[in-house]
Formats: sequence, structure tokens, C-alpha cells
Amino acid sequence: MEHGHILEMRDITKRFPGVVALDDVTLSVRRGEVHAICGENGAGKSTLMKVLSGVYPHGTYEGEILFEDETASFRHIRDSEERGIVIIHQELALSPFLSIAENIFLGNEQASRGVVNWHKTNSEAAKLLARVGLSEAPDTKVADIGVGKQQLVEIAKALSKRVKLLILDEPTAALNDEDSEHLLDLIRSLQGQGITSIIISHKLGEIEAIADTTTVIRDGRTIETLDMREGKVSQEHIIRAMVGRPLENRFPPHTPQIGEEVLRIEDWTVHHPIDQERKVVDGVSLNVRRGEIVGLAGLMGAGRTELAMSVFGRSYGTRISGKVFKDGKRVELKTVGHAIRHGIAYATEDRKRYGLNLIESIRRNISGAALHKLARGGVVDHNAETKVAEEYRKELGIKTPDVEALVGKLSGGNQQKVVLSKWIYADPDVLILDEPTRGIDVGAKYEIYQTINRIADSGKGVIVISSELPELIGLCDRIYAISEGRLTGEVARENASQEHLMHYMTDTISKDGATR
Amino acid sequence: MTTETILPPETARESIGRRFGAVGGNMRQYGIFGALIAIVILFQVLTQGKLLQSNNVAALFQQNAYVMILAIGMVMVIVAGHIDLSVGSVVAFVGGIVALAMRDLHLDWPVAILVGLAVGVLVGMWQGFWVAYVGIPAFIVTLAGMLLFRGLAIVLVGETVAGLPQGFIRIANGYLPNFLGFADRADVVTLAIGGIAIVAMLLSQLRARASLRKHELQTEAIGLFVAKLVIIAASIAALALVLSLSAGGTPIVLIIIGVLVVAYSFVMGRTVFGRHIYAIGGNRLAAGLSGVNTKRVDFWIFVHMGILASIAAIITTSRAGAGVAAAGNMYELDAIAACFIGGAAVTGGIGRISGAIVGALIMGVLNMGLSIMTVDSAWQQAIKGLVLLAAVAFDLVNKRRAGGR
Repeated sequence: MEHGHILEMRDITKRFPGVVALDDVTLSVRRGEVHAICGENGAGKSTLMKVLSGVYPHGTYEGEILFEDETASFRHIRDSEERGIVIIHQELALSPFLSIAENIFLGNEQASRGVVNWHKTNSEAAKLLARVGLSEAPDTKVADIGVGKQQLVEIAKALSKRVKLLILDEPTAALNDEDSEHLLDLIRSLQGQGITSIIISHKLGEIEAIADTTTVIRDGRTIETLDMREGKVSQEHIIRAMVGRPLENRFPPHTPQIGEEVLRIEDWTVHHPIDQERKVVDGVSLNVRRGEIVGLAGLMGAGRTELAMSVFGRSYGTRISGKVFKDGKRVELKTVGHAIRHGIAYATEDRKRYGLNLIESIRRNISGAALHKLARGGVVDHNAETKVAEEYRKELGIKTPDVEALVGKLSGGNQQKVVLSKWIYADPDVLILDEPTRGIDVGAKYEIYQTINRIADSGKGVIVISSELPELIGLCDRIYAISEGRLTGEVARENASQEHLMHYMTDTISKDGATR
Repeated sequence: MTTETILPPETARESIGRRFGAVGGNMRQYGIFGALIAIVILFQVLTQGKLLQSNNVAALFQQNAYVMILAIGMVMVIVAGHIDLSVGSVVAFVGGIVALAMRDLHLDWPVAILVGLAVGVLVGMWQGFWVAYVGIPAFIVTLAGMLLFRGLAIVLVGETVAGLPQGFIRIANGYLPNFLGFADRADVVTLAIGGIAIVAMLLSQLRARASLRKHELQTEAIGLFVAKLVIIAASIAALALVLSLSAGGTPIVLIIIGVLVVAYSFVMGRTVFGRHIYAIGGNRLAAGLSGVNTKRVDFWIFVHMGILASIAAIITTSRAGAGVAAAGNMYELDAIAACFIGGAAVTGGIGRISGAIVGALIMGVLNMGLSIMTVDSAWQQAIKGLVLLAAVAFDLVNKRRAGGR
């Protein structure tokens, strides 16, 4: 391994209106190493990489970046690519209906005077594919190969740009074990060819296997830089560094009144809608009782949302198997309509895309899932609707003068309150809330926690999916952890700690299901 | 991250706009209504008062009935995020069947009309099936329908099927019978209908206001309310007065249009079905995840479009006095243009029947005014194109200024 640093980021501070996303972050990457960055969702990892690659141009952040001992002031992602820094995002940026070769040279066409030289394109692509160990013809359409192979195409594309520093953001989140293994091997072999890699990952096993150095980021600060080669660094150590923030009193007090079981899911298995061999949810069983708030902890890509949506009228996935019991009776929930009629509601994590009609008023959004309650003979009673919407506006504290305001113009917190109002009005027995406080500031979060408590107190079962462990611990009576589609743990509130949960959430080996 | 403010400034502005806008929808609706009035005044001046002559006003409705009827259905289709390119061909196809039913099968004309409506339903089910349950984009399905039904119309009709009964021809060309006589040249039936319309409008508005009161909801300021009623009542009275002085009084098609507008405005504004149309147009995924059966809604939208296209077919055939294989050519584009001039959003989710009717009237007035001025029809077409572009551009600029993206 050569000596010296290829990259030094010194005292990087990046502010967004009202938020400090990065606070004096320092990152030093040695030439030729594999450097892991880990941290919770929202810790600032992606922001740091965007600063590095020029997505946030020089001047919009404070601090200094040295790349190969020269000050780097990238104004555009193109600038950083010219210097040999290539970032591969979690969501792959390939064009599905173009061939592998076309994708590799997209924006960098092998052409003279605007005319593409296809022989050169394909032969160069073939050489690059050999380097990444992908045995597909260069003219294969990207849509026809699996996610794992697409990842390799991305890396081949990076190699075509003469990459010196390769940044991989959650590269194995969407891959199965075999593909992940192959990818890690490739990163090692690239290391042998002198390419430095930064790998952002939640998977501690993976980091342990491949990283020379690990930097832990939390709340926008560098917490620790660990040398993984000098003596054994325990996973517990990294976990503690990742979550070690003190729990403030950010949650309203709540004494649950737990009743009968209202929902039970048994042996629920879901396959990926496109990559049908891949199990996204694998044999999960769980239950919720009336009055209970149950948490679902898991890292991004663990299968939390997929589990919830597949239960909610098969809105996600294929080849779904397993049983759902509602109040002890088996039910088939084939459509969203069935699910709602059986008293199950799901409030999405992506409210703009799946939850709200942004060009309509608060009133029409709130009544959206239960319009039949306001209608007689198919005719909607407008005034009753306005009254209902007004009640919820006041009760949940949606901060607008009236219910005619367009939902698209509200803040995230107010939009989330509209989503909650909609589902509370639909009066389900079980309410699944997916990331109910994502993108919402602290004050509004407290109000939403209060609302969730009230929903439970009215005798409903609540399932909360969240990436924020303190939120789950502060809010839930019981927490399930899932990892890679499998249930890896179940913890009662009294015993829940972030370290404990993180241990389950990063558990990729244990297959024995629930352990206490 | 978003910061919570007590009241974002845009929201305040929006809500004030809405409150004033409560008269007939939103500001955009007023804008388009104002544009109609401006165009009417412009041509009234340019044609030296000929535009608003009684017979011309009656003809305006008779000539443009098909656009208004098709636009009613097209608004539903466009609000749901679809398009229907086939309606012109469907007009020829259904019109041909109705004409053949009368001439060759010797059916009474009311029976032939029922046959026509039934065929309209079947056409709608056919297209709705492919769009809703097979998932082919409406653009493709109705493009295919455009070719298919035009072809079938030519197969069935040849060129024309003439010799239709007088009763049938009266639908589009006739007027309500004058059984109440004249009051100083004015047709009393027309005046009576105008009076009934005004009373019905007043009663429904007063009832709506009383119901708001009963539910302890905010009502608009009394001054604004009265002003609104006076303006609407005066418009109806003026129209009735002008028509009562025309050669025949009230065109029958005006009654048909009136009934359809009221009925479908009710469907779109007040029923669960109408609300589901706006919901899937605004965000199809969110509507589906709220339990709206989006496929069923899509299917029924096309059935309604089929029925309305068959009504347009009956009127077109009646007006021509014959089933014509080439009838309805480009009607789909007239209807689509009327919707967009009337404020419908290309991306779906926004649009009103009243807007589309006003859009259709704008184009009708343009046609008539330019014809009276003996402007070449090629130029008429070019001008209509520019008006469509200007209306939508105006809409976009307005939206951008309001802070939307």
C-alpha cells in the first residue's frame, strides 16, 4: 500500500436553511485504501459525498478539500469526475433501454465529429467488462440484467472515466448475498490496481470484511476514525459510535392500555416485483394488540416498507405468501379497498408521491380515503365534509386559516398532519405509519407523537416504521427489528436500547427469528 | 427540512383568492369568462352589431352544440389524466348507425336514438376496457379507435345515408314550439324558460347558503353574494331576451346542452364518482393507496364519454339531415381545445365543465365572428390555433407567478 493521503476534507461545514447538515467534518483517506463511512440514516454521509463530488458547488460550504495534495474547488459533478472522483449512487443512474456499452459511454461517447464509432464503443466496453468480471455481451440491454450486474456496469462506467477515487453509496443494499460477495471481491481487486474506494454502508459485517479504515459520522459530525487493520475493532464499538446520542425528553409521556390482539401476520414472504427470485420479506411473523404502538426497526432496504405495503392490499411485490389474521379471523386482503374495509390503513413514507393529492385542498385530501362516510346515494355532502376537515385541522393543529388551502403549499409537518387526518377519519383498527416524522422539524414531531398516542388510546393498534431509533424507543411499547427481510429480534420497551436494536438491525447471520 | 411557520404567505394569498373565487371556482375561471366577454364585445364592434343578432345567437348554439357536448365528456377524460382522440370517428360511426336504423330498419326515430345511445355505451365500454383493465395508454387506445370507428363508419354508410324523418331533423335544427304566443315579438316560451332558469338558480344558491349557515360554516359576504346572483340572473335574462326575438325562439339543442351541463357538473362536483376522477387525476398512486378503485373509475369515464359522443352523433346527424361517413372530422381536436382553453390541466387533476363550455363558446364566437367578417376559413383555423396557445401560455405564466413550479 502506498503512503500519503489521496483525499483530505478539512473542517467541512454545510448549512441548509435552519439546519446544519455537516458540522466541522474531517475525513482523511489514504491512497489505495478502502475507507468505510458509516452512520445512521440522516447522519450526513450523503451530504458529505455531495460536497466532495461538487453537487454542492465550492463556496456553498465552509472548509477545505485537498485531492492529491491540491486544493479542489469543484463547481459541478463534471469537475470532480475530470479529476478521477466518481460516485455511484444507491439508485443506479443507468438508462434501462440502452445497451451496456451505450450506458458505459453515456455522455462520453466514443465518437469522432459527432458520429459514434460503434466498433470502438463495443470493444472498449468489452475490455472494461472483463476488468469488473462481468461476462455479458456489451450490446445487452441494461434492463435485461439483474441489479447486481447493473452495479458492475456502473463500476465499469467509472473505470472508463479513469477513476482514482471510487465512492460507493450503499452498494449492496439492493443485492443478494452472492452478488454482494462478488462486489466486495471486485472492490478488493480494484484496490490491487491502485484504485482507492470510499464505501458507505450500514452493514457492519461487510465493513469489517473489507475496510482498512472506518469513519463514523453522527448528527453531521465526525465521531471517530478507526483503523480496522490495527487490532480488532468490535461491531459494538462502531454501533456505539453511530447511535451514541443522549435521549432527550422529546416524547410525550404515555401509559398504554393494551387490549386484545387486533392484527397478526404469519410467515409473510414477499418477492421483489422485478427480480422475482429475490425475497424482499422472508417469513416474517408479528402481531399488534389494541392500544399498542409497535415499532418496526430496520435499515434502509431491510424490507420494512415492502412488508407494510404488501400487507396493505398487495400494493407491493409478487409471489406473496403468508397469512393475515384480523381480530383472530383469517382475512384475504387482495386490494387496497379490501384492506381499508377490513380496518387496516397505511400512511406512506413518501407522502408527496403516494400519500397526497398536492393540487387539491386540505378538505378533499382529508376525506379522500373515506368519502363514502360523507356521501348518500353517491352524492357527497360538501358541508359535512368541510366540518369534518375543520375538526381535524383544529385537533391536529394544521396551521392554515382554513381547509381550502392547497396541500402542495403546506410545510412537511402540516402535510403529514393531513395524511394522519385522512387515515384517522377512515377509522381503521390498525394504522401502519411509515416514517411518520420524516423531514419534519422537532416541534411538529412532538405534536405528531401526541397524535399517535391518542390513536392508540382510542383502542387501535399502531405500527410505526422508523429509521430513527430514539423515536422508536421513545414512542413504541414493543419493537421488532428486521434485517434483509427477516425478523431478527423483538424487544419490549423496557429492554430497548439503541445498541441492542442496532445489533439486531445489522444482524445478517442469525436466522433463528425472534430472540429476546 | 421545512420550517413550520404559523401561516405561509402563499397560503394566505391562496385562501383569499379562493374566497373571492368561490363565486364560480377560481380566478382562472373568471379569467376565461372575462376573455369570453372581451371576445364577444370585440366581435360585436368589428361586425357592427351583427354578432349578437338574435338569429346569430341561436345559430351559435346550434352550430357548436357538438363541441360543448363532447367537451363535457372530454373534461372528465382529461381530468383523469387521459385523452380521447376517437370521438370524431365515433360521431360518424354512431351517426351512421342511427341513420341506417331509421332508413333501412324503419325504426321510429326515438327508437333509433336509443339504439344510438346503446352503441355509444358499447363503444365506451370497449375503449374503457383496454385503458382500464389492460392498461394500454388512452392515447393509443383512442388513436386505434379513431381509425377503427372511422373505418367502420365508411363501411356502414358508404358516403351518406339521407332521407331521415322530419322529427329527427328537428332535434338540431328546430326550436321549442311557440304555444304561448308572442309578447310584443318576443317568444313567450323562451322568456318563461329564462324565468324558470333564474328562479331555479336563485333557489339553489339560497339553499346552498342556508345549508352553510346551518352547518355554521363561513359564507361569502352578503354584498358579494347578491352581486353574484344579480350578474348571473342578468346574463340569463339577457340571453333569454335575445333568443326570444330570434326567428324560432329557443333552439332545442340549447335545452339538451343545459340539461347535460347541469347533470354532469353535479356528477363532477358533488358525487363520489366525480371526486374520484379528480383524485386519480391529481395523484393516481395516492388515490389507489386511499382505496379508490382506479380501474373502475377509468372504465366508467370512458363509458360516459361514449354516451356523450353518441349524443353528439345524434345532433350532428340531425343537423346534417343525413348520416355522413366523413362527419365529425377533427371534432376530437375541437373538444380537446375547448377543455384546455377552459383551464383544464394537461397533467390531469384540474378542469371544470363550466370552463370547457366557456372554452367551446370562445371558439364558437371566434368562428362566427370571423365568418360574419368573411375571413377566409384557413385564417380562422390559424387564429383558433393561436388562441389555444395563448390561453394555455397565460395559464402557465399565471401559475408561475403564483409561486407554483
